[in-house]
Formats: sequence, C-alpha cells, structure tokens
Amino acid sequence: MKIIVCIKQVPDTTEVRLDPVTGTLIRDGVPSIINPDDKGGLELALSLKDLYGAHVTVITMGPTQADAVLREAYAMGADRAILLTDRKFAGADTLATSNALAGALKMLEYDLIITGRQAIDGDTAQVGPQIAEHLDLPQVSYLENLEYDGNKTFRIRKATEEGYQILEVDSPCLVTVLASANKARYMSVRGIIEAYDKDVEVWGFDNISVDESKLGLKGSPTKVKKAFTKGVKSNGEVFEVDTEEAVGIIISRLKEKFII
Amino acid sequence: MDKTQYKNVFVFVEQREGQIQGVALELLGKARELADNLGEKVYAILLGNNISDKAQSLIAMGADNVVLCQDAELEQYYTESYTQAICQIVEKYKPSILLIGATTIGRDLGPRVSARLSTGLTADCTRLEISEEKELLMTRPAFGGNLMATIICSDHRPQMSTVRPGVMKALAKDDSRKGEIENMDIVFNKDKFRVRIIENVKEKGNMVDIADAKILVSGGRGCGTEEGLKRLKDLASVLKAEVSASRAVVDSGLMGHERQVGQTGKTVRPDLYIACGISGAIQHMAGMEESGFILAINKDRYAPIMQTADLGIIGDAKKIIPALTERLKSIMK
Repeated sequence: MKIIVCIKQVPDTTEVRLDPVTGTLIRDGVPSIINPDDKGGLELALSLKDLYGAHVTVITMGPTQADAVLREAYAMGADRAILLTDRKFAGADTLATSNALAGALKMLEYDLIITGRQAIDGDTAQVGPQIAEHLDLPQVSYLENLEYDGNKTFRIRKATEEGYQILEVDSPCLVTVLASANKARYMSVRGIIEAYDKDVEVWGFDNISVDESKLGLKGSPTKVKKAFTKGVKSNGEVFEVDTEEAVGIIISRLKEKFII
Repeated sequence: MDKTQYKNVFVFVEQREGQIQGVALELLGKARELADNLGEKVYAILLGNNISDKAQSLIAMGADNVVLCQDAELEQYYTESYTQAICQIVEKYKPSILLIGATTIGRDLGPRVSARLSTGLTADCTRLEISEEKELLMTRPAFGGNLMATIICSDHRPQMSTVRPGVMKALAKDDSRKGEIENMDIVFNKDKFRVRIIENVKEKGNMVDIADAKILVSGGRGCGTEEGLKRLKDLASVLKAEVSASRAVVDSGLMGHERQVGQTGKTVRPDLYIACGISGAIQHMAGMEESGFILAINKDRYAPIMQTADLGIIGDAKKIIPALTERLKSIMK
C-alpha cells in the first residue's frame, strides 16, 4: 500500500501572545511545529506501515525552512519526503494551495492520501476536501479511527456532533484526521541521526503541471482585505475584597443587569 | 465570469433525520440582513427526503424562497450526493452569496463545493457585512484567534462562507411571512458515490447543548478537580444554568468535549458567563467573548480574562463559589 501524508509547518499558536498594551501579535520566539492534526495523520500512516508494510511519503508546501517538519517525519519513520516550494505558490489561499498540492500528488502513486483535519494557524479544514475534489477521490473527514481489511476497503470512524459514524470506502481515497485519533510516536534517536542524511526532494512549479493562473496569490479567489487584532478591552470593574463583600458585589451587579 | 448574473443570498439548510439544525435558522437571520442591504432575496436550500413539511417554517424564519430537493439519495448526508445537489442549484439559480453552517457536515461539504465551482470559501466567519462596493466582507479569526482577518472574494461567485453555530442570531418566528417553495429535481451521477454509511451512533453525553444555555458556569484549570466541579454544579443548579469548561478541564477528562468552550469547542453567547478559575487564553475567549455579561473569578489579577470581564473578582473560587451559591439560594427562593 502506498500512503501519502500532507503535512504543514505551523507556528505553535498556543504560544502566541498579544501585547497587552498595543494589542498586537507577538510572533518572536514562537516555535514552529508539525501541525497537530497532521501529526495524527502521520501516525496513522506509520501504524499502517507497521501492520501492513505500507510505503509512506510525506509532502509539505511551504518555504524552504519547512524542510524541518519533513526531517521530523523521517525521524518518526517516513520513507520519502517532498518539499513543494516555489515563489509562484506564495500568497495562496486554500483553493490555490489545494491546486498546487493536488498537482504534486498527481505525479505520485497512492492508495490512501492523509491530511490533518485543519491547521492551527488557519483552522479552515478546507485544503483536504479541496485536494480530494481535484483528484476526484472520495473523502472522509474528521477521522477518529481507521481499520484496513488488508485488501482495498477502509472502515472509518468519523466524529460527529452527536457521537460518531462508521463509514466504509475503498482505496484510493482521502481522509482528514483528528490529532486525537492516536498518540503520535516519538522520533527515535537513530531516526533523528539518519534523518539528516536522507534526501528531501525539492519540487517547484516545473515539477507539477498546473496552470500558473491557478496558483499562489493569482490563483486565489479569496483575498485578505485587512487583518487586525481585537485590541484591548477594559471597561469592566475589578475588585479584590474578602469573600463576603465579593458575593455582595456580584449579587448587586447581577440584579442591576436584571440577570437575577 | 459575469458577476452581474449572480444575485440573491442562499443558505444551505442542514437537517439531520428531518430536524432542521439551529445554525441554519441563525444563517437565515443573517442572510435576511444581507439581502435587505443588497435589495435581493433570501433563498433557503433544503435537501432531504419526505421533508416538504419543514419548508414553510424556513419562510417564517426569514427566507423569501425555498429550493426544495427531495430524493432518497439526499435523506442522509453524503459528501458526494450533497455536493452534486448544491452545484446543480448554483448552476441554475446563480447565487451571489452562499452561507453554510460550520458543522462537521458543513465543513465537509463547503470545501468540496467550492473546489468543484472554483470559487472562494471563507471558514468560520464571525462577522458578515456588505461593503460599499456591494461585496461580502467576511471576517474570521486566524492564528488560533489571535488575529482577525477580513476576507473578500471579488472575482468569483458565489461568495461562500461557513459560520459556526451560535455566532449569528436567528430572527423571531413570523408565521405571517409569505414566500415561495420551489421543487427541484437533482440528476445524480451515482458512479461517484463511493462512501457507504454503515452506522450512525449517538452518544448520550453529547445531548446537552451549552450554546442554548442562558447562563453558563464555566470552570478552568483553577476548578479542575472533582470537588471543584461539584461546586460549579451546585451554583449552576441554583441559577438554572449549565456547566461548561475550558480545554484544560476537558482534556483532564472531568467534562465531555461537548461542554468545551472556545476555538476548538463551542461558541457560546449566554446572558451571563461565569468564568471560574479560567485564565482566559485567546482560544477560550474566542468562544465566549460575545456573552452578555462576563463575571470572572480568579486568583490571578493579571489573568487575561480580567481584561474582558465586565466584573472581575480577584479571589479564590473555592471559597467564593460556595458563598455565592448559599446567598443566591436564600434570595432566589
């Protein structure tokens, strides 16, 4: 079985802070990580490799520094890594991103394509299904668990608001995976050492056959008109008093607001 | 693309087992406002089987027209059958705007449709407005809620957006509203139906919807023990409120994910939100900052929640919550 996992390098947004005075984003010193849902997806691929001897390719689109997440994937056990990078891909929204990635995936063989459900820097959950559409593959999103019959059928547990669904789909297909689907393995020491000697293939515009008008900023139907932080709000009252007095203040405010 | 051919505001009305989902009614309310601003109409798209009795209620909730497609293939949600239906509706009606609820269904359907139509889609919008140029301004959080971005889709139609449940407000039901129900048949390409539903499982714990609560008593790391939870529940019972929690408490297993407030949980806007021992990470705040009145109780005067709270009490929730519960008991009898 051939599996391709799409991963993304993201800033660890849980480490991002707002400047309390100016309300602007403090980006300095924020570490870059493999997007958590993608890491769950990589773990799923590697567990299938453990059980069925699958070949696992990881691919990421991003700047040259994104090489780091591919090395990490090598250290966890991936077999092949591709960095998709080109100035022509820059400024892409989800649709243009999916066009570039689908273009690269078309050059490869696969039975199963895995993406994370969503990335923590954008939270859109769009690129996976959009890739599936370009490749004319069935998709299952919000994957919590996957069982493989060893032949061609996947039985998938998909998370829903009320509980879950059990779905069946044949390969080839695309799934989007939740980080909670499994606990990602650690990189092995040997894996880490070897990861730096392995080749990361670097692909650009010339390696895929996608019309330039569908890529990057030019190929993006959506544009950011403006970006802003919500700023600092401070019109509330704050009290540091003993318990008795605190309770009195709370009751009186709730009464004033007709809440009680 | 000739944009002038595209008009009217369409809402995908999600139903599950024939039940219209609340988010669809919220979107109809928003669509009404956008359409009035544009001088256009609101269309509700209702897909299902034997659900014609639900169509009229959509008119009462703000729709001018209902496009009703009934077919056995649409009884349950499948990515492919629903994508084919939506794309055929778009082709026929040429909507300028298409709104979809950001549920597990809407977030599966939206990107598939947008890719098939080669148009833009903006996820999880928290604000939708019409610009002076009559474009849809779609504002959404990015960077884990640290940054807000206003997105436009100038050259492609429809302008598509998903919105999470609880973000927009439904209109009051008005049964005197008049509208038209139009039946439409979908021609399916069944060769592309390649996913099979084996089983739908509902888990009991997921039945509470904290987004419906008028008052929420919410606990964070500072209340993340069995006893802490008991104190919150006691307060909630006096206030006829529901309990909810920050991610830290849910991750610890004390409360189910369906009660989690925030970026990866639910968006809530109760009349009163009582944040007990919650520091107020931006991811949490993104899910509750629209609440009517925010009361924060926290030991840490520098906790970010103190900046957002309407009333902040610096102190130990362990002592204040039981004292507040007792006092409320005596006055609310």
